[in-house]
Amino acid sequence: MSGVAIAFWVLAAVAVVTSLLVITSRNPVASVLYLVITFFCLAGLFVTLHSHFLAAIQVLVYAGAIMVLFLFVVMLLNLGTPQWFDVAGTPVKFAALVLGVGFVGALVAAGVGDFEPGASGPAAGVDPDVLGSTEAIASALYSAYYLPFLVTALLLLVAMVGAVVLARRER
Amino acid sequence: MEHLIWLVPAFPLGGVLINGLFGRRLGKGAVGFIGPGVVGAAFVVSLVLFLDLVGRAPEARQLTQTLYSWIAAGDFQANIGFLVDPLSATLMLVVTGVGFLIHVYSVGYMHDEDSAGFARYFTYLNLFTFAMLLLVMADNFLLLFVGWEGVGLCSYLLIGFWFKDRDNATAGKKAFIVNRVGDFGFLLGIFLIFGSFGSVAFADVFPTAASVLAPGGDLAFWICLFLFVGAVGKSAQIPLYVWLPDAMAGPTPVSALIHAATMVTAGVYMVARSHALYDLAPDVLAIVAGIGAATALYAATIGLVQTDIKKVLAYSTISQLGYMFLGVGVAAYAAGIFHLVTHAFFKALLFLGAGSVIHALHGEQDLRRMGGLKPIMPVTYWTMLAATLAIAGIPPLAGFFSKDEILWRAWDAGHPVLWALGFVTAGLTALYMFRLFFLTFHGPFRGTAEQRQHAHESPASMTVPLAVLGVLSVIGGWIGIPPAIGEFLGGVPNAIEAWLAPVFLSAHGEAGHAAEAHAVPPAEYALMAASVAVATLGILAARHLWLARPEVPQRIAARFQVPYTILRNKYWVDELYDALVVRPYNALSRFAWRIVDEGLIDGLLVGGTAKVVQMQSRAMSGWESGSIPTYVMVFFGGAIVILAYYLFG
Amino acid sequence: MSEIGVGHYITLSAVLFTIGAIGVLTRKNAIIVFMSIEIMLNAANLAFVTFATAIGDLGGMVMVLIVIAVAAAEAAVGLAIIVAMFRHRETVNIEAFSTMRG
Repeated sequence: MSGVAIAFWVLAAVAVVTSLLVITSRNPVASVLYLVITFFCLAGLFVTLHSHFLAAIQVLVYAGAIMVLFLFVVMLLNLGTPQWFDVAGTPVKFAALVLGVGFVGALVAAGVGDFEPGASGPAAGVDPDVLGSTEAIASALYSAYYLPFLVTALLLLVAMVGAVVLARRER
Repeated sequence: MEHLIWLVPAFPLGGVLINGLFGRRLGKGAVGFIGPGVVGAAFVVSLVLFLDLVGRAPEARQLTQTLYSWIAAGDFQANIGFLVDPLSATLMLVVTGVGFLIHVYSVGYMHDEDSAGFARYFTYLNLFTFAMLLLVMADNFLLLFVGWEGVGLCSYLLIGFWFKDRDNATAGKKAFIVNRVGDFGFLLGIFLIFGSFGSVAFADVFPTAASVLAPGGDLAFWICLFLFVGAVGKSAQIPLYVWLPDAMAGPTPVSALIHAATMVTAGVYMVARSHALYDLAPDVLAIVAGIGAATALYAATIGLVQTDIKKVLAYSTISQLGYMFLGVGVAAYAAGIFHLVTHAFFKALLFLGAGSVIHALHGEQDLRRMGGLKPIMPVTYWTMLAATLAIAGIPPLAGFFSKDEILWRAWDAGHPVLWALGFVTAGLTALYMFRLFFLTFHGPFRGTAEQRQHAHESPASMTVPLAVLGVLSVIGGWIGIPPAIGEFLGGVPNAIEAWLAPVFLSAHGEAGHAAEAHAVPPAEYALMAASVAVATLGILAARHLWLARPEVPQRIAARFQVPYTILRNKYWVDELYDALVVRPYNALSRFAWRIVDEGLIDGLLVGGTAKVVQMQSRAMSGWESGSIPTYVMVFFGGAIVILAYYLFG
Repeated sequence: MSEIGVGHYITLSAVLFTIGAIGVLTRKNAIIVFMSIEIMLNAANLAFVTFATAIGDLGGMVMVLIVIAVAAAEAAVGLAIIVAMFRHRETVNIEAFSTMRG
């Protein structure tokens, strides 16, 4: 078993377990912290895919900025200690489980687990390290994906203004 | 002169607008002036047009005016256009002339109405005059039909003039509905005409009739039969006569104008106008003559036992209309129109005289409570006498000439049975008319003392029209003196026959009947003498039965119980129609209302649709729970289904 | 358990996505629901990166960046909404917010 394989299995297992803990934990603060671990695992998985830049962004933005925001809100609203049992009843749980198993089952049955891009990919011979490098992503972002990049920037601006307006206390 | 034609209907129409819109505010004085005034003006214009026609050569006696194209759709074309020829000019003079006198009479007769009712009355009466003029002046079948329906509407409105009394409103409805039956036939006839000729204009249809329709063929038969169905309804012939006696519920001048002198004769006019078609359908002419003669006798028998003065006159009208159809049915169109004209004079007079009597007795219409009015109402008495003699057919009054002309034509055309029917009717006519006359004016007064005290001669506005019509009833027949008598008077011509001859020149180029009447067969004198004799006999019998020995009729009635009961009940025709038509129809309507409309349509279709939608909505609104988890669940399920579709589909 | 291929990553992505979805479906705490959505977004990101690497296309990478930016925007706005709702109703139970009822 290669190093990459070991890393994958460990990270995958941790990610699955922590994400399960996120949705089962009764304490939102604990959920947030488990989610941070999940995101770190995903960052690690990105590294195994040679996407170093995205791994860094994942840690910085997700595990850093977004999760801090979550934690901040949870504590602001004083939801640290659960005041009510917020899990749905058995029928809903059962239905959700059926749907979930159905989703994964459908994908597996369709054969995603055996998916191989083969030699037909447009850039099958490209060195993955070069592909995932900051330079390569940056040049793509500022050339071919220039317009989506700008729109995303605009979206962030709008979201910022919206958040300010929404969070403002009514006078 | 053509440019004046439109004025004839325009004057009454103006009267309708003024009286209808402002009549209530103008007051009775102004309405009483405008109402008759516009009809008088129309009469003057008609007279001018008539004199213009007289001044022309017989072949050129035709004026037309097209106001505008009314309907133009594809091949179909109908104009608002007028045709004034000897036939329509004659009718115009009758309608406006007699109409004017009756309008004047109405001013006195309707004096007790309040100003709103007075204005409403004259609005309707003017509207009637307008529609009737449209009918006789139209230059195509469609405009004729508009006038035809217009007079029917006015008839309905005026029968139910005192609509607060339920019986009057019912009588109006009956007249309207029975007329619908006839109008349906008339419309079918018009459709057939348009289908065959591609036009409804007289100028297109009549000249080409002989070439388009095979003489005696099926098409000519059906067209004429359908047109005649319309005439049967409007002119109250068997089997559609039942509305006319009930129509007497309207004010008496209305009965005189609409239900005696003009509207009911529209059928005769229409058949005469369409003679070019009828000449091609001898079978239908035979039917026309047969129905006419049968109706004449049938109505006369009923009239014999009626006790309501207006009902007697109503059946008399039906009977006389039967004469007219007998005339046109034996292709003696001019004779039919001649009788139409004289009948308009004396029957209008009879009704107006009856109205005068009713007016004097404060609404009493029962002959059994009249009598002895001769000294009280001299003008009414003498004019009524003239009219009664005229209708009885006593020479030289109007009715003699026209009735005798028809009877002679029927005999001459080879229909001795029809002649016999008319002959018997002539005797019966004299009998029942003089019964009415004697019961009203002679003998002792049989009403209450109070009525006796208040009885009075009518005012001048009523007696003057009576007098004018009385004179016309006497001399009106002189326009149609047959050669059989004219010979002895120094060759007096049959003026109306010659006058109408250009119109009735038959389509296949034969000369009219006027030309062939030179040699007078001795049979004509015999028949003439016979009809005078039977009329005289009728009068004498009436005098004997109801004046000299009033107890005899009761004995006869007791003796002939069965026929008397049949006649009193008018052959139970109303009851028969009630059982055969009205009741089944009501049952059908009730079925359509209760079961089809309320049950099926309202209940099942409309209500059912609403109920289904409601049930669906109730089921669907469960989805709209507003519960976000539910939405997400459904959304996710949907996403999986779509995913599965792409993966495996 | 030999070589780790694209199929492994994709299967993991599907499993994570399903876990997130089940979280969304079963939890009523709006913040937990939100975090579950973040799990689903990350699962999608993983699939993007996997495919981008496998076929050597930078579009997937860029897409991940955009998703992260959207997630940030969503977190900012979503949490602001939750704060506003909490102020209004004194709860973050999503069942309390049923004003979308038809």
